[in-house]
Amino acid sequence: MIGNFLDQFWSLTFGGLSLGFIYILIALGYTMVYGVLRMINFANSEIFMVGTFATIIIIRDVFQFTQTSEYATGFRLWLILGTALISAMLVSGILSMLVEMVAYRRLRRMNSGVLAPLISAIGVSMVLSESVRILTDSRPVASPRAMEKKFLGQFFDAGIRIDNTIIVISALILFGILVTFVNKTRMGKAIRAVSMNPNAARLMGINIDGVVSATFLVGGLMTGAAGFFYTLKYENTSAFIGFELGIAAFTAAILGGIGNIKGAFYGGLALGLLETYASFFLGTQWKAVTVFVVLVLVLYTRPNGLFGEALTQTRA
Amino acid sequence: MFNLRDKGAEIWESQGRVGRVAIAVGAIAIVAALPFMGGTFLNTPVADYESVLVYPIAMFVLMAIGLNIVIGKSGLLDLGYVAFFAIGAYTMGLLGTKTDLNTWEILPIGIAMAMFSGIILGVPALKLRGDYLAIITLGFGEIVRIVALNLGALGRSEGIQGIPTPPGIFGIEYAFDSHRIYYWTLLILILLAIWMVRRLSARRAGRAWESIRQDEDAAELLGVPTFKYKVWAFVLGASVGGAAGVIYASKTLFIAPDNFTLQISILILACVVFGGMGNIWGVILGAVILGYLPDRIRFLSDARLLVFGLVLVLMMNLRPDGILPRKKREKAIVKKDAS
Repeated sequence: MIGNFLDQFWSLTFGGLSLGFIYILIALGYTMVYGVLRMINFANSEIFMVGTFATIIIIRDVFQFTQTSEYATGFRLWLILGTALISAMLVSGILSMLVEMVAYRRLRRMNSGVLAPLISAIGVSMVLSESVRILTDSRPVASPRAMEKKFLGQFFDAGIRIDNTIIVISALILFGILVTFVNKTRMGKAIRAVSMNPNAARLMGINIDGVVSATFLVGGLMTGAAGFFYTLKYENTSAFIGFELGIAAFTAAILGGIGNIKGAFYGGLALGLLETYASFFLGTQWKAVTVFVVLVLVLYTRPNGLFGEALTQTRA
Repeated sequence: MFNLRDKGAEIWESQGRVGRVAIAVGAIAIVAALPFMGGTFLNTPVADYESVLVYPIAMFVLMAIGLNIVIGKSGLLDLGYVAFFAIGAYTMGLLGTKTDLNTWEILPIGIAMAMFSGIILGVPALKLRGDYLAIITLGFGEIVRIVALNLGALGRSEGIQGIPTPPGIFGIEYAFDSHRIYYWTLLILILLAIWMVRRLSARRAGRAWESIRQDEDAAELLGVPTFKYKVWAFVLGASVGGAAGVIYASKTLFIAPDNFTLQISILILACVVFGGMGNIWGVILGAVILGYLPDRIRFLSDARLLVFGLVLVLMMNLRPDGILPRKKREKAIVKKDAS
């Protein structure tokens, strides 16, 4: 067992890294919204799910790929991947803004406490996943492969696959853009201000509704990108996919300290690797259990996460 | 807004002891006679009227009452309520097929198992803020299903078959298709649960839950042992879920992990929210309506979760108190400052 593990260590690690970057992007969706509203965006998992479907629709229906068609190469390949990525991001981002308007805005104005928006967000995520389930007839949907999954090179014994490489590099770029946006731009500054003290921010003339919308948009964009990468890596999706990935990404956000962008990064990486190693030893059917045990342990021993603020009693 | 709940309370409170007993006995008699009062027009496309009374209606009502202790009374969002239902059902399934114990002997064991797992889950989880509790319970509900799906001892995806029906008591025999008997059994459990909730609500525990729901920090500062009462609410809710699970397994004679999905938790949550969180009569009404209508209206039965999702969103935004709201005097007075 251990010998096998050492043999496969690097290939597991590469798989875990790319999974970790997918988690990071979804975790950013949770963490951005949590940072501003101090609420868990329950519908984020379904926004991710819609992102995977947006990707498939672009590849399958817009570019007319089927399971048997030839792989695209050169410029056409990058055009297809770029279009799919941007569409998935836009669809998810806009959907995320709509979710905020439907599920949160009215309740936020009424100052209705924690429970009501939570339940309303669960309702929205139910509506999203059920609509997709009915549209797809409860069946998983496979994505045609547009790109040949060749190996770029060897690292010890493990091949470096092109899709994993693309995921890691583009996720790093997206993460960098997000950090710059939050730290350097005017809107980013407004987001940070609202996150620190919404009342003071309002008195300073910041449009809270606009900031909240922007936050959901940015979180949705990142989550949508995760949907694209997931489809690229696993090549299928279903209406039920949001739940498991959502819990895992949420765990990643908690692990790093929710509300903390840097925390989502390390949390996502750690969880992606941990989950991949654990499913090697225990079997993939226990993957969700591993994630859950990590979540409970972290919340119980270090509820602040590794980098986060105090969560048990944040701003009563 | 017109509040039927307050009207009902006025009538009840203006009666003397005799009047109250008369109202209660009359109401119980009417409810107990329901299996005789329906016509075939109440059948749903999937089942006839009498079996619909048992499942989903009575079963939903029982679970909704249990969940209401957790959500409505003390304001803790439990999204994994199905876990306790599953634990009760699997206790019945395992002990019923592997040992000589009968349903009535297993019932307390099933309840105890559900309460025990409520403690295991509740003690770490209830230290956290409300929205974390929601995620933890959500995960827990799914984990119980995954464990049942993967453990050989629990039958994996085939589940457990050949679970015995309850043995007869007082000369009443339980057969697989004697829906009336099961309905009355559940009715007794429902009445017991209502009695328990009403007694507790009027006493120290009820006041503690109410204060936790309205403002946990203030309650803690005023000396209410909030953690203890939160665990209590959680465990009592779990016990009702476990009881429902035992009866369910003993009624369907066959259980599989697919019976215990997240959807059940959401269904019961929708019943509680739709009827009116915290008000036991509202919750019962909500469970009856949401248990019956989606089965009855054919095009709804496929999209029933879609409907329940919509119910959650619309109720929260338009009528957060539900169709039968809690008593006015129990409503939260404070509005927290904007955030």
